[in-house]
Amino acid sequence: MASLLGSGVYFWQGNEACAYGAIAAGCRFFAAYPITPSSEIAERLARLLPLVDGIFIQMEDELASINAVIGASWAGAKAMTATSGPGFSLMQESIGYAFMTETPCVIVNVQRVGPSTGQATKAAQGDVMQARWGTHGDYVPIVLSPNSVQEMFQLTVRAFNLAEKYRTPVILLVDEIVGHMREKIEVPPIKEICIVNRKKPKKGDRSFFAWAEVAPMPTLGEGFNVSVTGSTHDEYGVRFTADPEVHRRLISNLVDKIEKHRNDIVELEAWNTDDCSTAIICFGCTSRAVYEAVEEARRKGVNVGYVRLKTLWPFPAETIRRLAQRVEKIVVPEMNLRQLFYEVERAAYGMAEVTAVNKIGGGQIITPEEILEEILS
Amino acid sequence: MAKRIEVRIAGLGGQGVVLAGQILGRAAVYDGKSVVQTQSYGAEARGSAAKSEVIISDNKIAFPMVRKCDILVAMSQQALDKYISDLKGNGILLVDTLIKKIPETEAKLFKVPATKTAEKTLGNKLYANVVMLGALIKETRITSLEAMEKAIRESVPEKVREANLNAFKEGLKLG
Repeated sequence: MASLLGSGVYFWQGNEACAYGAIAAGCRFFAAYPITPSSEIAERLARLLPLVDGIFIQMEDELASINAVIGASWAGAKAMTATSGPGFSLMQESIGYAFMTETPCVIVNVQRVGPSTGQATKAAQGDVMQARWGTHGDYVPIVLSPNSVQEMFQLTVRAFNLAEKYRTPVILLVDEIVGHMREKIEVPPIKEICIVNRKKPKKGDRSFFAWAEVAPMPTLGEGFNVSVTGSTHDEYGVRFTADPEVHRRLISNLVDKIEKHRNDIVELEAWNTDDCSTAIICFGCTSRAVYEAVEEARRKGVNVGYVRLKTLWPFPAETIRRLAQRVEKIVVPEMNLRQLFYEVERAAYGMAEVTAVNKIGGGQIITPEEILEEILS
Repeated sequence: MAKRIEVRIAGLGGQGVVLAGQILGRAAVYDGKSVVQTQSYGAEARGSAAKSEVIISDNKIAFPMVRKCDILVAMSQQALDKYISDLKGNGILLVDTLIKKIPETEAKLFKVPATKTAEKTLGNKLYANVVMLGALIKETRITSLEAMEKAIRESVPEKVREANLNAFKEGLKLG
């Protein structure tokens, strides 16, 4: 393991960094169906996993992939799948099953242009709302958004840690640009990487679900009598397919276990937001243009700051609300037609003007000049 | 060397322009620089437009895409026609000699017989990308020779390692 993941400086693609991050986090099971622009994650893990006695399976499709991942997680493994929009759509039903059964796992979606087949090799940020609301019913997902190769490594590790800590699926929402670009990356010594493992039950425990805090998770085959079901169930896994009270308790506990720990889950990168007149809210590859736009705006004497969402969901509405009280204008650049924008507008509650910079198709990243133009307008 | 150099290598899918960008980027990392390399290609395996972009800087690189490039390496007529307008006036242009129509340009022009050399000397035109890298480094020195050789060694499969190193050496004679 140490020799496989020697600390040091590398020149990696974002997708490669994701694969190594998964290995570092303890991922020992990966099932996926190859799809551009995520395939390099599978390609790399196909080589790495056998070296750590892990399992790599190329499944027949994305439905089978996510189901294999859920099964592996219940068999005790840290498990991951990787896909892009079309595959992410196919996985939605079972992602809901993972929420309902409190199954820790990591789902990587390297976004490309959609809907449908769209433009397979081109970047987009069009799955922001699908990551939030893709499966049916009420739930709160954890969605992380990296903006560099270094962060592809770090946030993959973090995705596993949050999945294990809160016993929930975690989505790593990448875009083609971050997934495919190569950068210098510094891999820390393996001993310095924080690893979280799921809470296990004690002998004689019988309650494994729907706790207000996170319930312990048995591994199938260890002798615990556990029934895992996507139907509404009580603390013991017993199905209640009509009882309103059991359903309310289950769902509110599943929602609360995330909501109550927002401070632990939500990570932001904020710069100059205390006294700026214009603020930019951004995520993923688009933030790389924001850095330059902000510098240029300040050279022109405009006081600009930014908030970058490393955690997209849960959405930091309170942070945005407080920001909206201070600034005159909030700019939301994104490679889609206003997905994060409406969330920001809702949180700003009319206290600041919220404007959008949008671009779709062809993988064209929003440029610093386009953001600057909106800042100055 | 300036603080920030933006390189665009463009051609057709299958010519190895993406690999050329990776090798160049990896070499610059070995030289201790900040590097971002990106690529763009079609859904087809071969024949569609492909490009690879490398930004090399002494400082942290924010925006990862090339807009106006300092160096353009064109491996096909289509690529040259498409990207020459984005080359800076004082930039450097390397074109494969297979390209016949070269528009008027203020940039410093080098006609490199990369494909011809790859076919004649190395017996396979697939080495044209690495021959071109040799010419690029000879004319610009944007990375050290040692870093390039190390990057080539670590970027290609073992059975074609020597051939690629030879291709690089042939390229160093051109330009």
